[in-house]
Amino acid sequence: MTATSTAGAASSSPWHFWAYFTAHRHQDLSWLWDHVWLSALPVVIGLAIALPLGWLASRYKWIYPPMLSLMGLLYTIPSIALFVIIPPLLGLKALDPIQVPIALTVYSVALLVRVVADGLGSVPEDVLQAATAMGFGRVQRLVKVELPIAVPVIAAGLRVATVSNVSIVAVAGTIGLANLGQLFTTGFQLSTPTAYYPPIVLGIVLCVALALAFDGVIVTANRLLTPWRRAVQGR
Amino acid sequence: MIRFDSVTKTYPDGTVAVDELSLTAPSGKITVLVGPSGCGKTTSLRMINRMIEPTSGRIWIDDRDHSTTSPTELRRGIGYVIQHAGLFPHRTIVDNVATVPLLLGKNKREARAKALELLERVGLPASFAKRYPAQLSGGQQQRVGVARALAADPPVMLMDEPFSAVDPVVREQLQNEFLRLQSELSKTIVFVTHDIDEAIKLGDQVAVMRVGGKLAQLATPADLLSNPVDDFVAGFVGRDRGYRALGFEAVPGLQLDPETTVLMGSDVSAAAAVARDGWVLVVDEHGWPQGWLAVGDDATRASLQITPPLLHRGGTVAAVNGTFRSVLDAALSSPTGRGVIVDEGRRFAGTITAANVVRLLEQQQAAHSQTISVPTVPVQAVPVQGATPR
Repeated sequence: MTATSTAGAASSSPWHFWAYFTAHRHQDLSWLWDHVWLSALPVVIGLAIALPLGWLASRYKWIYPPMLSLMGLLYTIPSIALFVIIPPLLGLKALDPIQVPIALTVYSVALLVRVVADGLGSVPEDVLQAATAMGFGRVQRLVKVELPIAVPVIAAGLRVATVSNVSIVAVAGTIGLANLGQLFTTGFQLSTPTAYYPPIVLGIVLCVALALAFDGVIVTANRLLTPWRRAVQGR
Repeated sequence: MIRFDSVTKTYPDGTVAVDELSLTAPSGKITVLVGPSGCGKTTSLRMINRMIEPTSGRIWIDDRDHSTTSPTELRRGIGYVIQHAGLFPHRTIVDNVATVPLLLGKNKREARAKALELLERVGLPASFAKRYPAQLSGGQQQRVGVARALAADPPVMLMDEPFSAVDPVVREQLQNEFLRLQSELSKTIVFVTHDIDEAIKLGDQVAVMRVGGKLAQLATPADLLSNPVDDFVAGFVGRDRGYRALGFEAVPGLQLDPETTVLMGSDVSAAAAVARDGWVLVVDEHGWPQGWLAVGDDATRASLQITPPLLHRGGTVAAVNGTFRSVLDAALSSPTGRGVIVDEGRRFAGTITAANVVRLLEQQQAAHSQTISVPTVPVQAVPVQGATPR
């Protein structure tokens, strides 16, 4: 009796999230995996869409201001609203998991267009001129000169987009889609009559760990792609 | 050969950047386009490799209308050097230099081997090959820029203020090395600058352009200094034209006066014994002049050894095959009035006074005026220990 009540008290302490995790490992890992692809895939698709849009905005200066305003507007739509609007707009059923990456792709594009445009705009004018004068075609110049030089700026934008996606995916959990957000709903439901923290803390810990892992991957990729920047800093 | 045939560039807003330009840049020579900003010199240059398309007129490269070649193909056959070098920051030096050969489909190893050879040619150590541009100084980057332009061995090179962004000392070095390279390679070069001194130093012929894109005068540097066609060219060429024109011809029949010299490190008293007018020339163990020593009545100095701080350092030194300008300058800058002249090995050869230089100059001019129409040979201003004038 005493032992049970002690265990019960202990397991509702915020610090016992690990015990909660081991007890529900299968469910939690499945949510974690869902969370991984739901937040990563939209960044990849978003970058693919943002590259041509960003290129347009940097190539034709008059497109830049309206394009950036539009992207800013997209980013201000509350995510919960987007989750509600998208299924009827695209003819999906109410809790179709595909709506999450679609909504997040919108946010990723909104963030990345500016980054791509500014990254391409950061390539020095004399470098562009030299490349043209040496006989690079327009596409060749973009792929072999401009994009490699824009990598550090684009990578910085990818870090922001990915981390913000990890947090927005969790919001989708609260309306019933499978991902780490479900841990918060579960914690909320178990918190009557007294507060029950472990799943909530576990959700926070896993989200933060996931964000850090994504960040690490992007930082590492950036370092590998830009040895020239290290050479300068190490001077 | 590059030939502009009534080339005009008008922008949509009506600005005429280049107005009916006709000129020929001969093969193997350096043609310098010079003028104030807004004179259309860079526009003219960029029309050659079709970075800007002319509104009317034609440009011929070796009897081929350049608009019949696609822009990328045309550009791969023309070297291009710009002000800040424009190196690719994300590529190593060797890969920067190998850019055009790789674009032309050469294999990587061959292109890199050629690039290393070129780095050496422009005076950079092979250890720079694996560095990135940001690790190099401005002058070094500019050398890489020249190597990169030469990589595919193009017959034609376009250079847009390539030496303007470096400090004066480095600029002079780069200019001298550029002339040395050109004497080996004989490229057809069109060179743009706003600096008339650079134009006169580097050009085989100089095209002075005026605002509005009109050619004001096309002439050899010597001609430009002695016969500017109008006030604009005269004003642009600047002051001291007569004096600067002396920088083109070596002094013929240079006769030197002997001068007793003393070795660095000997006693001041020993120097006083051979001094003339209170001055004696001090040389080092190679015979290279070090400076003039004033030997006064100051008894406290008599026992001293001659050390560099005691010497007058202001005088310039000219070579025996130097130009009127360098020899006259040596005489004028010497505290004794006796200009120090050295031989090819930089050893002291003798002295000459300004009066004697001027007498030689007058004889030379008298000889010139007796012959009818002497074509002026384009000659370079030669540094003290430089090669014979061309």
